Amino acid sequence: MSKELIRLRDLCMAFDDELVLDHLNLYINDKEFLTLLGPSGCGKTTTLRIIGGFTTPMSGDVLFDGVRINDVPPYQRQINTVFQKYALFPNMDVFENVAFGLRMKRIPDPTDSSGKRTVKLQEAEIEKQVLEMLETVSLRGFEHRKPDALSGGQQQRVAIARALVNRPKVLLLDEPLGALDLKLRKDMQIELKKIQQQVGITFVYVTHDQEEALTMSDTIVVMDHGSIQQIGTPEDIYNEPKNAFVADFIGESNIIDGLMVQDRLVKMYGKSFPCVDEGFAPNEPVDVVIRPEDIDIVPVEQGQLAGTVTNVTFKGMQYDIIVDFRGFKWLIQTTDHSPVGAKIGVKIDPDGFHIMKKSEYSGKFGDYSSYSEEYDELSDAEALDEEEDSPEGSGHEE
Amino acid sequence: MKKNHFGNRAFLALIFLFLYAPIFVLIVFSFNATKSRTVWGGFSLQWYGRLFQDSAILSALQTTLLVSVLASLIAMLAGTAAAIGFAAMKRRSRHMLMSINNIPLTNADIVTGVSLSLLFMLAFAVFSTAQSWVNATFGTSLSFHWDKGFGTMLIAHVTFDIPYVILSVMPRLRQLDPHIYEAAQDLGARGFYAFRKVILPDLMPGIVNGVIIAFTMSVDDFVISYFTAGNKVSTLAMEVYSMARRRISPEINAISTLLFVSVLALLVIVNLRQARQDSAARHQKATLTPKQ
Repeated sequence: MSKELIRLRDLCMAFDDELVLDHLNLYINDKEFLTLLGPSGCGKTTTLRIIGGFTTPMSGDVLFDGVRINDVPPYQRQINTVFQKYALFPNMDVFENVAFGLRMKRIPDPTDSSGKRTVKLQEAEIEKQVLEMLETVSLRGFEHRKPDALSGGQQQRVAIARALVNRPKVLLLDEPLGALDLKLRKDMQIELKKIQQQVGITFVYVTHDQEEALTMSDTIVVMDHGSIQQIGTPEDIYNEPKNAFVADFIGESNIIDGLMVQDRLVKMYGKSFPCVDEGFAPNEPVDVVIRPEDIDIVPVEQGQLAGTVTNVTFKGMQYDIIVDFRGFKWLIQTTDHSPVGAKIGVKIDPDGFHIMKKSEYSGKFGDYSSYSEEYDELSDAEALDEEEDSPEGSGHEE
Repeated sequence: MKKNHFGNRAFLALIFLFLYAPIFVLIVFSFNATKSRTVWGGFSLQWYGRLFQDSAILSALQTTLLVSVLASLIAMLAGTAAAIGFAAMKRRSRHMLMSINNIPLTNADIVTGVSLSLLFMLAFAVFSTAQSWVNATFGTSLSFHWDKGFGTMLIAHVTFDIPYVILSVMPRLRQLDPHIYEAAQDLGARGFYAFRKVILPDLMPGIVNGVIIAFTMSVDDFVISYFTAGNKVSTLAMEVYSMARRRISPEINAISTLLFVSVLALLVIVNLRQARQDSAARHQKATLTPKQ
């Protein structure tokens, strides 16, 4: 688990004068499930293509097991890829698709004592391996179907089988679930993680779906504008986001301007709140992150802060309510219903605060003032599957 | 409604009559036993028989087949390569090149023919100037003489055949998943092997259609050949033209009938192939099974 397999050193890449990778440094451990997560255009797919050998970086090194592989062509890398729309070979049936890599594979000739000569795999051996792999992805009996006679989920599994049958050290997956519907996507998330544990190799997964990343990954790399914003386990990334971008991209966050009075004491709205963070300079300006689910609604007199409810949405498991605290709007997720216009108090436990240093992203995220507009956009974008938690029914107000 | 329906049919019949009556008459009279072009004198194959004893026609047939086969095969290679190049380009350049590609299709044959002819003359002039310069400078006595002939006609045919190949390969390329080639490389296939195994099979129907159309165009062509072949070689179309000027012979009817029928047959083949591919695509969609 801890052995380093791939290292990307100081990668830079530009397309048409637009910088897509800006001095990127990253290492990937053997047998880990690593996800490159970010909005479109953040450089995640370019990073994946550089690892696969389809794109040559303008500068920087790609090391595989300590060896520089910048100039090694894709067909010589011990890396296989599952492409975004699967890229199955339409003129071949499922069996031939999966056998494609094996037919080109050469193994040492067993009859040659010097061990230098190589031979192709025997047809019987190819058949055995292909059928085994189809078994793994539950596609036995589909050998002689053509790809376009398969459903999206089945094509997806052929693509995975076709890559894995070559026993690569690394499997690259470029938004492989993007074309599937929500239900199937959830099933495949679990199946992918299962397959990864079963074959025991490194998966490098690219997605813009934060929920997918949190579900499957050992390590998440959050990217924006060609640089890495944060690397960590799903828990780290969610609980300890490094800056406003990460906090906003992973889940929902209220991000408020604050002042770190001293260790474990943060000041916002002119009031001091106990928290659990330390290690900041006295009176350092900071971004305070409060997750919507960490906020308790209490009667006004018992609250640390008092605000007015401006919007309520029923989301099934909880209500999303927007509360105005002196012009800055928060999102609170609660199982209790509060009507629009109600004065409410809120209480936040010390470990509900997360304090971040100021960054270039400060002030850009975490305010829900434009919530209703954001809403409409999300509803429109639903077809594009932008957000897993996009609202199902809109604006149930009372 | 009913009356209108009849009107439509009558109109359609009229159109077909105007379009095909001349050809029909030509075909009928190619089987005429007498030399008359107006009086039916009984059924006979004599004009066809004579065709195959006429050495001028046989040599023209040979030239036509040779130039058409060579031109369509060269156009196949060049056109397929060009289409692949176009497909890999950015949208703007691709659209521009496709428009340029379409110009020869709509351009008047006579303009294409005359301009190619001028180009060849210019090239020969430049060549002979260069040759005399070399002879004068190095004291050599090179005396190559190039003139219009089979070679120039072949070049001309290739140029007007290429756009047809590009046009029929391009749609196949656009249907391909852009990552297929990369996927083959990813699985261990080197460049040309990957192309041959995964790209070519998908392009093949388009390539074959393109070649058949190009071949038909070459067999069919008169104007461009006339301007680029010089006076030593002639194609069937050119032979028919000169026969028609020399003497009035029902052989013309026979050979025209043969040309018409073979070109028609090729076009029917192309259309049937296209229809079959379309229905195969539909069939595959229809048999798409729901997920298990």
